[in-house]
Amino acid sequence: MIDRLSVRYDSRDVLRGLSLEVARGEIVALMGPSGVGKSTALRAVAALQAFDDGQIVVDGFALAPGPVPPESRLVPLRRRVGLVFQAHALFEHLTALDNVTLALRHVLGRSRDEAEAVATELLASLDVGSRASAWPGQLSGGEAQRVAIARALAPDPHLLLMDEPTAALDPARRSALGATLRRLCEQGRGLLVATHDAEFARANADRVVSLTA
Amino acid sequence: MQLANSHRHLVADQRTRADSSELRLGTEQRHEAKDGEAKHAFHQGHNLHAVIAARLALCVLTSLGAQRPSPRVLVWGGDAEGGAPFVEADPADPSQVRGFDVEVAARIARGLGGRTARFVQVQWSNIDQSVERGDFTLGLSGVEDTPTRRARHAVTLPYFEFREVLAVRPEDAGRIHGLADLRGRRVATLGATIAYDLLVAARDTTGLIPISYDDDVHPYGDLVAGRVDAVLLDHIIAQRALRRRGGSGFVILAQPVALGHYVGVLARANSALRDSVDAVLRQAMRDGTLEQIFRRWDVWDPSQGALFDRVVRSTATAAPLGSAAGSHALAYLPSLARAAGVTLLVSILSMALAVLVGLALASGRVYGPVWLRVLTTVYVEVIRGTPLLLQLFVIYYGLAGVIRLPAFLAAVLALGLNYGAYEAEIYRGALEAVPRIQLEAARTLGFSEWQILRLVRGPQALRFALAPMTNDFVALLKDSALVSVITVVELTKQTAIYATNVGSWVVPGALCALVYLAMSLPLARLARRLEQHWRPA
Repeated sequence: MIDRLSVRYDSRDVLRGLSLEVARGEIVALMGPSGVGKSTALRAVAALQAFDDGQIVVDGFALAPGPVPPESRLVPLRRRVGLVFQAHALFEHLTALDNVTLALRHVLGRSRDEAEAVATELLASLDVGSRASAWPGQLSGGEAQRVAIARALAPDPHLLLMDEPTAALDPARRSALGATLRRLCEQGRGLLVATHDAEFARANADRVVSLTA
Repeated sequence: MQLANSHRHLVADQRTRADSSELRLGTEQRHEAKDGEAKHAFHQGHNLHAVIAARLALCVLTSLGAQRPSPRVLVWGGDAEGGAPFVEADPADPSQVRGFDVEVAARIARGLGGRTARFVQVQWSNIDQSVERGDFTLGLSGVEDTPTRRARHAVTLPYFEFREVLAVRPEDAGRIHGLADLRGRRVATLGATIAYDLLVAARDTTGLIPISYDDDVHPYGDLVAGRVDAVLLDHIIAQRALRRRGGSGFVILAQPVALGHYVGVLARANSALRDSVDAVLRQAMRDGTLEQIFRRWDVWDPSQGALFDRVVRSTATAAPLGSAAGSHALAYLPSLARAAGVTLLVSILSMALAVLVGLALASGRVYGPVWLRVLTTVYVEVIRGTPLLLQLFVIYYGLAGVIRLPAFLAAVLALGLNYGAYEAEIYRGALEAVPRIQLEAARTLGFSEWQILRLVRGPQALRFALAPMTNDFVALLKDSALVSVITVVELTKQTAIYATNVGSWVVPGALCALVYLAMSLPLARLARRLEQHWRPA
């Protein structure tokens, strides 16, 4: 739930009084032209960005206005929220598989075998199982995005945030992505998708929240 | 034998020599003043304009002479850093030099048809090479009579007999009577000298540890400080060091280890002029002018009279100390191998320290609070902004009052702390080259800051840093040559000693270059491969 969220930057309002709610099993699209604050809202929910007013509550964990709290206090939030960046941000020194297993092993404490089993299944379900041993530089835009989704899903978050997921996809890939998102939300997750792609939003979102400048 | 003194000692000599006023004159002035009244006019300042005009004329003459020496001038080379009583800058007029070698040069010049002596500064260890290059005609600065020198250059008659004497701390005087009593002890001397050869020979027979210095002042300081157990050098240098310490701190053993002679050195092709110089020296020994010079500088003793008698009576001279050049070449090979090992060991240990220091500094600069960032930045800029040579001196000699570091440790510390500053900049750049968005992705996955550094940022930064680090190691390998100034004999220093002893840089220089290349080329290759492998995307 986002309640009256406001973010100011250099005394300029980037976001003013944004309120929305994402239920489990629901896809909400956050629409609006570039620079309107869609990414800022996602970053605030993922506790990467401080905000000035309002409140963010995820499954009972509340973020208050002011600076981002230290990571040690964000552990419950990190378990609940996953974020897929527009630029994917895969770890360049690890293979696709290791990108997915890293958090499983070092944050959730799974054994290597367990983590690899989970990661292999995730990659296969996103149709990139054959690319498990590829390096990020060897992946196409669509493949990298699906590996990034798999990485964000590995800790099994309740809320998945996606920033402009269609930006680098051709039309065929876009509809495939729509089907993937639907499947993820049917698993009981809430999805908040920031996009300026109105067609994609109308076709796939349960609800569209429009931001205006 | 003499070499680099620090200038503070000039002050001491000014004090001890202040009474002999005529010695403040430069070579040329003294020559003019020798028999005439110009000296008095000069000193009383009656003819200031004439003096200034004469100085100006001298400057012009000197600069012209540098291009084409006039036949009325004898250009001679010596090292004024060696100090009194050999050659030193005149405290009253630092543009002039004084010392017994200065006066001997003037006497020789006068004997060669009334010439004027003109001084050229040259590093003591380079006198032989410079005289062959034609930088000056006569090298005269406590130059030792050795078989190698005689074989490669035109060498004059010996004009002074010196004794190689041992200096020890007063409490050791009862126990130590010669080199044989110094098994396992550290014995200091000036590098590339007969004394050094004596110590190297004694290392094999008596098991002492020779320590080579670049100057003849610090060995005595380190003797008093306990860093070395004895010093072997010419009696003139030992006595001078003792005077400077007010006659305490160490004692000079009465029994000399060996005798040696000072000679003048000319280019091999100049043997005819050498014969004329010999004639002048013989004449100066006969007419007492040489004795007067040595008495003025307080270095006269009966053994000089005996030497003069021998030289004047016979055309042959005593066989010089040391072994012939041919045997040196092979004898120095094991030393070169050992020195290459020292170079490698110093470099590896320094690099390990530099990596640790660099990591700490870079972490401070990237992750630390403001005060730590400021502190680490100041360290990096100060270290990078000052010469490594200065840092070596400060750590070895400057800190000696607080903590007396062994030379090897001081060398590793200085190089490691210096290169640590450069490593820090590499690591900082490498850490900052990892895209911020990857760090944010890691945070959203629940990694702690430490885990992000260890699992995401560090491994990628290491890839960016490896190639520049390898390049730095190659640079460090070569910079390690500097540590010879604090008595660590590494490859370059050993090569210089070798070159001085065989009288040529050709073979030693080529050998030394080959060893450095053998160490650095594989590393440079590795750096290139790393760069190609892990170029940042």
